[in-house]
Amino acid sequence: MRVSTTDKTSHPVLIFWILAGWVGYCLLPWYMVEDGLWSFEWLFDGYPFDEDYAPAAFLIGQGEKIWLSPLLIPLALPLLVLGRVKSDPVYSRILILSGTLGFGWLIAQGFSIGIRGFNYDWLGSLFGDIRLRQFGMGYGAMICATAFLFLLTQGIAARGAINGDVFVVSAIGGVITIVTAFVFFPIAKMLFAAFVTEDGAYSISVFFAKFFDDRLWGLGCLWGARCGAAWNSLFLAIMVGFITTALGLAFALVVTRSGFRYKRALRALTVLPIITPPFVIGLALILLFGLSGTVTQFVAELFDLTPTRWLYGMPGVLIAQTLAFTPIAFLVLIGVVEGVSPSMEEAAQTLRANRWQTFKTVSLPLMRPGLANAFLLGFIESMADFGNPLVLGGNFDVLSTEIFFAIVGAQYDQGRAAVLAIVLLFFTLSAFYAQRMWLGKKSYTTVTGKGDSGVHPLMPKGLAIPVMVVALGWALFTAAVYAMIIYGSVVELWGVNNSLTFKHYVTAFSVRFEEEGIRWTGAAWDSFWTTITIAAIAAPLTAAVGLVTAYLLTRQSFAGKNAFEFGTMLSFAIPGTVIGVSYILAFNVPPIEITGTGVILVISFIFRNMPVGVRAGIASMSQLDRSLDESSLTLGANSWQTFRRVILPLLRPAILAALVYSFVRAMTAISAVIFLVSAKYDMATSYIIGRVENNDYGLAIAYSTTLIFVMLAVVGAMQLIVGRTQIGRRMSQSRTNV
Amino acid sequence: MTIQSKAAPVRFDGVSKVFGKDVRAVDNIDLHVDAGKLVTLLGPSGCGKTTTLRMIAGLEMATSGKILIGDRDVTKLPATDRDVSMVFQSYALFPHMTVLENVMYGLTFSGFAKPEARSRALAGLDLVGLKGFDSRLPSELSGGQQQRVAVARALVLEPQVLLFDEPLSNLDAKLRRQVREDIRAIQKDLGLTVVYVTHDQEEALAVSDEIVVMRNAAIAQMGTPRQLYDAPNDRFVADFIGEANLLPCEILSVDGDMAIIEIEGYRHTLPSRGLPTGPATIAVRPSRLVIDSGDGVPATVAKATYVGVRMEYTLTGKFGQVFAVHDNVDTPLEPGTEVRMGFAAKGPVLLPE
Ligand SMILES: Nc1ncnc2c1ncn2[C@@H]1O[C@H](COP(=O)(O)OP(=O)(O)OP(=O)(O)O)[C@@H](O)[C@H]1O
Ligand SMILES: [Mg+2]
Repeated sequence: MRVSTTDKTSHPVLIFWILAGWVGYCLLPWYMVEDGLWSFEWLFDGYPFDEDYAPAAFLIGQGEKIWLSPLLIPLALPLLVLGRVKSDPVYSRILILSGTLGFGWLIAQGFSIGIRGFNYDWLGSLFGDIRLRQFGMGYGAMICATAFLFLLTQGIAARGAINGDVFVVSAIGGVITIVTAFVFFPIAKMLFAAFVTEDGAYSISVFFAKFFDDRLWGLGCLWGARCGAAWNSLFLAIMVGFITTALGLAFALVVTRSGFRYKRALRALTVLPIITPPFVIGLALILLFGLSGTVTQFVAELFDLTPTRWLYGMPGVLIAQTLAFTPIAFLVLIGVVEGVSPSMEEAAQTLRANRWQTFKTVSLPLMRPGLANAFLLGFIESMADFGNPLVLGGNFDVLSTEIFFAIVGAQYDQGRAAVLAIVLLFFTLSAFYAQRMWLGKKSYTTVTGKGDSGVHPLMPKGLAIPVMVVALGWALFTAAVYAMIIYGSVVELWGVNNSLTFKHYVTAFSVRFEEEGIRWTGAAWDSFWTTITIAAIAAPLTAAVGLVTAYLLTRQSFAGKNAFEFGTMLSFAIPGTVIGVSYILAFNVPPIEITGTGVILVISFIFRNMPVGVRAGIASMSQLDRSLDESSLTLGANSWQTFRRVILPLLRPAILAALVYSFVRAMTAISAVIFLVSAKYDMATSYIIGRVENNDYGLAIAYSTTLIFVMLAVVGAMQLIVGRTQIGRRMSQSRTNV
Repeated sequence: MTIQSKAAPVRFDGVSKVFGKDVRAVDNIDLHVDAGKLVTLLGPSGCGKTTTLRMIAGLEMATSGKILIGDRDVTKLPATDRDVSMVFQSYALFPHMTVLENVMYGLTFSGFAKPEARSRALAGLDLVGLKGFDSRLPSELSGGQQQRVAVARALVLEPQVLLFDEPLSNLDAKLRRQVREDIRAIQKDLGLTVVYVTHDQEEALAVSDEIVVMRNAAIAQMGTPRQLYDAPNDRFVADFIGEANLLPCEILSVDGDMAIIEIEGYRHTLPSRGLPTGPATIAVRPSRLVIDSGDGVPATVAKATYVGVRMEYTLTGKFGQVFAVHDNVDTPLEPGTEVRMGFAAKGPVLLPE
């Protein structure tokens, strides 16, 4: 089989990428098109000669942007190998040369020449003061770059890397490139931004000045003043981590180790965090405990007290985050608690340990990885949460909101935002690291073949009662909060005029039927459709990147695989806020200039949600026996055909889950989004936050309620399609293996 | 420090176990296990062996009936309070504890001071041949070693009854033989009462004092390995324990304990087992078929296989097909050879129709 493929002298894949390179160079607009490529206005607006829309070939034909002309060499080189066989050393050498030259030159020129000419002074002095300038790369440049990348990977494959498998080498190259471009590059850029002085020079002292700011590390709260945002965030995140873990464990124990009858209802709780934008909880708390909140008013009347603003600040944020993130901890822990083999606990019982001793010495220690994961998730989510502190924070400053105000506020201080983001990143990465250390090398799974059946023993009595009380109490509270959300959306003006009305829904979602068709007159439609569109574009891309990465991690071995895995999972520990800031810093100047477009939103979603796709993919792929692929390979299929014909079809449920999950997450996300939206591309969540800031709670809550129901419908449809494959379980697996 | 035995007998009186509404996993069984004996529960998958065992351990509560260990009625007692330990099929070693901690686990809950528990645990490890492995984690042991840790963990408690649920099913064939001999040796040395579940009949024959063959949640037959092998009660037991050729025959006459049977003109005398004259079934082990004895049932060699220590033949005839083995490997019979097939003087038994 192999022999015949290496003997062929026609290379369809190679021809495809050579063509793509030429198309990118000669046909498509080289630079970013202002109104977007897909409007096609540029076609009738001076293309191909207008400088703004011209392809590279036309630009240099007119004597402009001559630094693009060297690209012709690497574009032409691969034509030489078309008649050669793959095993010919010249074949691989030429492709590697062409790919490296082309890709390298593209990057070099992109970073050297910006909007205002040379980006580096030494270049200017070297070439004299010629006026060179260019904008961000457009589709032409992007396709050209992609073509060079895959010419390079084909060259590497032809040299025999990974058995000469073009698909695998290309996939690895592709994933490394995009992760570098959209995770490492922006983070690095952000690190540098922290050292930039006002006049653009680099200086360590700037960093230290901003780093040792009292607003960051002040300990004033110990004696009644305000504490720094870093301490606040850290303290809050630790509290939230602990409380959500404890509550999540209580829920998981009730579901798996008690005779409680309504377990299914409790399990339904796990869907909540998936479909609720986190700050919605904050809104509901205001309706309950705010100055004119139901409970506040009731208590005030009952005891004749003056209502206070106790909610605004640390207590409110803590309650809101605990409500929002407890179901996530539950999701993680239920898998772990169920995963403890019943025979472990039964063994302990036959060894004379009573229920309480069994729980303490066997069950609980075996749940340790889950507890650590749940804590880590709570910690990171709390650190990254932006909506609740914004809505409820009051004078309680946390890093995520401080970052936001540093960027969008009057102060507009990128350096400060970068420093704050670095502190935030430092905290989450430390937690990530600490979790690994705590778990240590100990093994928490047994290595055995055939398992025993058996049932989990019930909790010891002394534990069962408090656990039930806490879990059910909290579940009722959660239910009350959600009821509040729905109720709040149909009240005229909360606390002032409590009459029922659909006015907010009408304002947000009214439509008019006219002769030309439907007119979406509601205030929310714009952001609603944008959100749906962006989420729908991002979802398949996220799933694709995630599954290909999972395939590489489970099915292929190559040098540097561990680093590769670490890199792809890193964005999990990066809070959305940090992603947001780093994207702004990295992508509002050439060569990749995409701030203010929908593209940046799509990209941020892909890399925010990719770890989930990867984990889901790994979880289901490791269940497929490797012999399946091997048999397919021995039957003469190559690895791409195997991936497409054998693995993908078997992964259909996982793919669907990844699709729905990334779709829904894209709709509820706020922390990164808030930095990246623009007037043209506003997202539902940031629109709602905007309404809240204008004290327009009715509309905000009506819109949130709608979102929740839309997503509930999506998740429900998914449940129907996939059938018994529970989305909750699938997710818990993917969440568990952080 | 040595490990002693407080071996006690186990009694089941009319015990049933019903899961849910109508899954009858164990149906009204009576069972008596003498102190210091190794009794095997044997039977096809799903016949209720594990459930029976778990009821002895107290991990499953009997739906009806009475369970006694020693003189004590333990029917309602949970596992913790029974003096029984169990070796699980998956071993169920605690992965977060070292080997020593695993073995000490039960001792610390039995009221032993730490140093005492420790020395007893070390003695237990010594007994199963795992001296020096005490600080390893279970994940750092081979399958056979894990299995022995599980045995040591159960042994050191000196339980009244020790239970094994298919303890060898995760081991390879060679190790299986050795470990089962080790288990049997320890059991005999210490005089333990052991109830042992398996569905491997060879294993059951090799280790047991007594075998309980189960079928469909009930006991099909109970007896020593010899009794079961030589005098199975019915077709099921005959077929389940060792291979048996079942042939239709005619009981011509019964004289006291002995009967004369006939198959296609070939006559044979054997214990009547209380059967009347008329049609019956005879069960003959492959090694008890005598080929080419001059006298016998006409048959043809359909297949001959050389397996090293002996020859295996498939014979066909009017009676159907039988499987026979023969020690003579030097002058094997060729397929197609016409032979006469007789029965050895001892071995063949009559089964009720
Ligand atoms: N917890 C349970 N709930 C419902 N049915 C059960 C339960 N445990 C066992 N059963 C049923 O009881 C019957 C006996 O099960 P048991 O585990 O005792 O079989 P076994 O003889 O040990 O089989 P194997 O050799 O496969 O281990 C089976 O039909 C099984 O399906
Ligand atoms: Mg069993």
